[in-house]
Amino acid sequence: MRKLKDKILLGLLWFAAFLTVAVLVMIVGYIFYKGIGLISFDFIFGDYSPSGGGGILPMIVTTIYTIVISLLIATPIGILAAVYLQEYAKQGRLVNTIRFATESLTGIPSIIYGLFGAVFFVTTLKLGMSIIAASLTLTIIVLPVIIRTTEESLKTVPRTYREGSLALGTTKLQTLYKVILPSAMPGILSGLILSMGRIIGESAAIFLTAGTVAAMPASIFSSARTLTVHSFLVTQEAGDIELAAAVGVVLIVLILILNLTATFISKKLNKANY
Amino acid sequence: MSSIPVKKDAGEIGKANKRKYILEKVSGRVFLFCALLSVVSLLLIIGFVFYKGSHPFIAEGYSFIDFLLGSDWVPSEDKFGILPMIVASIYATIGALIIGVPIGLFTAIFLAEIAPRSVAKIISPAVQLLAGIPSVLYGVFGLAIIVPFLQNNLGLIKGQSLIAVIIVLAIMMLPTVVTVAETAIRAVPKAYREGSLALGVSPIGTIFKVVVPAAKSGIMTAIVLGMGRAIGETMAVILVAGNSLVIPTSLTDSIRPLTTNIALEMGYAFGTHQEMLFATGIVLFSFILILNFVLARISSKGGN
Amino acid sequence: MRRKLKIGSLVLCLSMILAACGNDSAGDETEASGGNVHTLAISGSTSVGPLAEKLAEKYEGNNNTKIEINQIGSSAGITNAINGVSEIGMSSRELKDEEKESLQETVIAYDGIVVVTHPSNKVKNLTMDQVKDIFTGKITNWKDLGGDDLEIVVVSREDGSGSRDAFQEIVGYSSGELIKSAIVASGNGNIKTTVATNKHAVGFISFEYIDESVSPVNINGVEATAENVLSQKYVLSRPFLFVHVEDNLTNEGQKFIDYILSPEGQAIAAESGAIPVQ
Repeated sequence: MRKLKDKILLGLLWFAAFLTVAVLVMIVGYIFYKGIGLISFDFIFGDYSPSGGGGILPMIVTTIYTIVISLLIATPIGILAAVYLQEYAKQGRLVNTIRFATESLTGIPSIIYGLFGAVFFVTTLKLGMSIIAASLTLTIIVLPVIIRTTEESLKTVPRTYREGSLALGTTKLQTLYKVILPSAMPGILSGLILSMGRIIGESAAIFLTAGTVAAMPASIFSSARTLTVHSFLVTQEAGDIELAAAVGVVLIVLILILNLTATFISKKLNKANY
Repeated sequence: MSSIPVKKDAGEIGKANKRKYILEKVSGRVFLFCALLSVVSLLLIIGFVFYKGSHPFIAEGYSFIDFLLGSDWVPSEDKFGILPMIVASIYATIGALIIGVPIGLFTAIFLAEIAPRSVAKIISPAVQLLAGIPSVLYGVFGLAIIVPFLQNNLGLIKGQSLIAVIIVLAIMMLPTVVTVAETAIRAVPKAYREGSLALGVSPIGTIFKVVVPAAKSGIMTAIVLGMGRAIGETMAVILVAGNSLVIPTSLTDSIRPLTTNIALEMGYAFGTHQEMLFATGIVLFSFILILNFVLARISSKGGN
Repeated sequence: MRRKLKIGSLVLCLSMILAACGNDSAGDETEASGGNVHTLAISGSTSVGPLAEKLAEKYEGNNNTKIEINQIGSSAGITNAINGVSEIGMSSRELKDEEKESLQETVIAYDGIVVVTHPSNKVKNLTMDQVKDIFTGKITNWKDLGGDDLEIVVVSREDGSGSRDAFQEIVGYSSGELIKSAIVASGNGNIKTTVATNKHAVGFISFEYIDESVSPVNINGVEATAENVLSQKYVLSRPFLFVHVEDNLTNEGQKFIDYILSPEGQAIAAESGAIPVQ
């Protein structure tokens, strides 16, 4: 009897795992199956054409803009904040508050960020629906990710490094940027790369702050659409699954490259360290 | 350290030290400022969303109870009731949990305990990767495959329905649930398993009676995170929900959860209508805050 | 050695960021200094949008103007024009009286709204009353209209859509009367694909979107054609408007409107399925 129960449970475990893998393979497979046919040099590097048949270069450029701008702002802030939390702050109420705020930010759904961006950056700061408004919104979204990954990697730097450096008479600041930060670099870098993934995948927040203009952005103050938003809109407005899937292929490949790079960097640099 | 300072004036050293000291102090402040920015952001977000969303009830005389319990949402006729959306959000989330959690959890157990190392080494990172795929693509898949399947093979009159939303959300939460739960199960000390096996408990029995209970708090975290993902998801849901303003009474009704109401109408709403969308955001926000609170309780318990 | 590596990686990372930053601003400068490119911000109706995009595509080729078109629905476009967020708003419904006070309107084309069903649907003609009964939920099965025994699934545009306002006004029901279980789709394309993939469905879309994936329905026995709209036999029609605040319109904006009203612009309108003004 017990044996039978065990067997059933074991069967269920195999079944569940099979189901998970099958479903996920099916989704990625479907996107590639539908979309790969459209992928070509002209599709990726061609300008968008409203009459159809054009490329997705404007969306790629917009996506790159949002990544660069939001990381440019979020990276220094995030790293320094993590440094404060790990290296400078005395544990206490202030640190707890900051930690709580950071964790809460992680849990907020992106549509709420979108609402906030729409009223704060777009309307109150008068940036209008624009790449810059979306990027600033994204900055807040990835900030907790950067803070957390940096903190984690700062934790892994051995105490002896700090003590050794300080014993040599360096100041705390010198120790920080000559010893601690370089040792924590792999972790920080993979955190940044994961943030890029988050930015690329974001849709709701960008939809409400950058708008949907399907054209090459003239500047960062232009309204524009990113790849993900484009994929959403061509599905919703035109029902063009093939085009949406083709954009999806580009997105999945980008995410794959980013993840592999993150893994590679942390492995490579870890080896270099020890 | 290429050169060693040989001899220096005492005053010069003092100056250099002072400069260093000031630098230390200033940089400490800068770091603190950066750390405080996340607190400021959170306060700004809460402040703006609540300010905008509470305005109609404070200044324009709308009743918050009518807003929560009203079943008519007709902005052009000044009717703002979000009960259908609240019910839709709750049903969709619970439904997704019922399907997604057991499958995700069992997959996690499989990967951590049963699967050969080589298999787990391929599947685990692959599942992690899937957590990073833009959610919109899950919606595209839902619209292209699940909706027609429900219509053509199961005979639903419309594929855009509560059940379609549940399936898409369940699939979307899988990677999160699997990844977090797997980590938790792997963290259970080996001694637990060995002790149980030594007592003559079967391997499967050990997993379900010893390992899983030991990983309980991690597994709960996985479930809460998956739930957060389901309740907050927007764009994928828009594509498969149908967005009808009806209080769902069956799995085949098309629905409009809270998130999609905001995304659908924010583009053109203004005045009171727009403020009511922020009020919708407050309700959604409250759900998430409750979830976060639960999560904090769980993790603090797990810590003890 | 080890430390050098680490510092090296830090420097590399920083320089990468700086390089990205440098490229960024360089890009902006060339854009800004590459002649006086005027950006013309247009927003509004998703029915007018595709036509406006095609016109803009042709127009931009010959002029030093960048046209930014946001398709967000008529009401939002009108609001944007009044607030000055957009220079021009696009509307696919008539302006309300209070909107007329602050806005100038230009009819750039006319358009018909077509009730569409799944191609397999046998119902090819409806009276106006029947249309109203369908959308308000009084008729719920196609067999009552001479079709198969299938439940009707109503697909409507979202509140705030010009097409929806125009349709409801002509057919004669209000937003509150719309059947609750109606699928709400944002955008003409969304309605079209929903109807095209569901044999129960009925919806309404702009002329421009009609193709063989959906079956158009005659209203009171009149076919939805450009001639019937112009002769006012086909009643489900509305103007495509460009609206602006007098003081906000720049020369470039005026030139674009002139271009649309020119024979070349009107030819593009006709080609994309709208009905030319003349």
